[in-house]
Amino acid sequence: MKGLAIRNHRAFASGALFLAFAIFFFVTALQYPAGTAAKMGPGYFPRLLAIVLAAIGLVVMFGAMTPAAGREALRKWDFKGLAWITGSVILFGALLFPLGLVGALFVLIMVSSRASPEFTWAGALANAAVLIVLCLAVFVYGLGLPLPVWPSLLN
Amino acid sequence: MDLFHNLAIGFATAAQPANLLYAFLGCLLGTLIGVLPGLGPLATIAMLLPITYALQPDAALIMLAGIYYGAQYGGSTTAIVVNLPGESSSVVTTIDGYQMAKQGRAGVALATAAIGSFFAGCVATLALAALAGPLTATALLFGPKEFFALMILGLILASVLSSGPFIEGIGMVVLGMLLSLVGTDLNSGSQRFAFGIPQLFDGLDFVPLAMGIFGFAEIVKNLEQDDKLSLVTQKITNLFPTRDDFRRMVPAMLRGTALGTLLGVLPGGGAVLSSFASYTLEKKLSRHPEQFGKGAIEGVAGPESANNAGAQTSFIPLLTLGVPSNVVMALMVGAMNIHNIHPGPEVMTKNPTLFWGLIASMWVGNLMLLILNLPLVGLWVKLLTIPYRYLFPAIMVFCSIGVYSINSGTFEVYEAALFCVFGYVLIKLQLPAAPLLLGLVLGPAIEENFRRAMVLSRGDATVLLTSPLSASLLAAAAIAIVLIMLPTIRARREEALQE
Repeated sequence: MKGLAIRNHRAFASGALFLAFAIFFFVTALQYPAGTAAKMGPGYFPRLLAIVLAAIGLVVMFGAMTPAAGREALRKWDFKGLAWITGSVILFGALLFPLGLVGALFVLIMVSSRASPEFTWAGALANAAVLIVLCLAVFVYGLGLPLPVWPSLLN
Repeated sequence: MDLFHNLAIGFATAAQPANLLYAFLGCLLGTLIGVLPGLGPLATIAMLLPITYALQPDAALIMLAGIYYGAQYGGSTTAIVVNLPGESSSVVTTIDGYQMAKQGRAGVALATAAIGSFFAGCVATLALAALAGPLTATALLFGPKEFFALMILGLILASVLSSGPFIEGIGMVVLGMLLSLVGTDLNSGSQRFAFGIPQLFDGLDFVPLAMGIFGFAEIVKNLEQDDKLSLVTQKITNLFPTRDDFRRMVPAMLRGTALGTLLGVLPGGGAVLSSFASYTLEKKLSRHPEQFGKGAIEGVAGPESANNAGAQTSFIPLLTLGVPSNVVMALMVGAMNIHNIHPGPEVMTKNPTLFWGLIASMWVGNLMLLILNLPLVGLWVKLLTIPYRYLFPAIMVFCSIGVYSINSGTFEVYEAALFCVFGYVLIKLQLPAAPLLLGLVLGPAIEENFRRAMVLSRGDATVLLTSPLSASLLAAAAIAIVLIMLPTIRARREEALQE
């Protein structure tokens, strides 16, 4: 096994990501008329770009397998931190209308704070209180942005 | 004189009390947020964007520009005091700035950065004002193929200058361009990649994407590496450079300003390239190169002047040609679009008060930074002692409200959440996000100009190479690619761009 083997796992995965996006865009673009170079349809440019991206993806993947490629592993993933942060944003979106800004912010701050290894309930609660007051003062009363402040049931 | 007449219009706009107030607030808030470790200008602008939604377009732009300079300056403060660059443009400042701070000369380093930035800002504003007219006139001569070639050049240069392998940077640009195609095709009116989701008919919004990647995903990354900040806690007392300091910093400032002004104009250039180039230049020219890395004042004065000059002149291609030369400028495009301003040659002719007002306010902003920062240095340093566990939920809150406020809808919030995951994947794969955003912003214009050029030439692609202007722009792009592939330059680039 001297020839091709994945040496640079990071680069190989990057190339595969490019290739996957390229295939997705190319296949989707097939439903749009391509037209001709002189009179391009909506499908022409996407196909062109997808082919370029696929080529780049293949070059990157191949480069990760040549004997010249430096060895590089994939980095470790922290799904927990990612889940707390992403989850808190999704919850904010889902709760903004039913709970209002105050409730949604509270959930956002408490849930996202859990992502920190130094999380404490007291610290997060105090932080939430300060930030909610600040946001109400700045965005709702100061700038007058149209935000639902209280639960929709109360209106 | 046209220049003075135009500047007079500008100062009349910028000096209105309300606009002065917005410039001041922008600088203050920009510094306030930008000083926080881990928050570069991009994240700062993205976070503070919602504050400008309610303002008039000219006031909003003036405030945004103020936020940008403030963030830039705040980043330098963090670099000097805690050895943590807010953004790549202040990476070199950490080298000598932090050493100066360790020697008890933090105050002098901060003052040097402020004075250098102010001087560079003055010169760059004049350069911007002087170059805007002629460049806009040139832009009006550009046809579709020239614009196409210019944007390709800009994207190639931006990938050359981003960290990581060049080919991966180009891949990110192309991916960004593909993402930009989501939504209504302007020529045919048909939907592409929208999958029947009405919120996607207008395309993917720039702001949720930027906040997901640079706001949220960045937080996940920062939480993983819980390194303690090495804050220089001693009180900052002496701000004033000595006579000897002045003798050493003035020439460095002059050179840095000249270099930054020139490099900022380049597509793909801007603050980062300018500061690196200036540091290298100062080290080369110095009679005491051995002092660099040990607290040489030239190593602060040069790059800090250069990055501010570059930050300012990178507005030139944006305002005259409509081509953002770096990610921060791309975000400015997004911000301007929210206020229904579409940067390009027409802004200057159709909306002169806005255009010249913005330029004049840049100078005003620089003056304010100088006045603001020297007395408030103590406050900024105090801010750095806030633990990250209190800080990042605040960033989450500002970004979430900001994303929601774009359209007063929660769709953008979910979009940002999705791009948080995507941004995390990019971080893990060490793929640069900046070229992606540039591709996203420039994609529609590139397709538009490409299609028009092909219609005009009846589908003959060689026209791009036979017209002298587009051929030379594309040739420059090709040269950049060839250069980057050369082994020696590749090694030096990796050395310069590694963080």
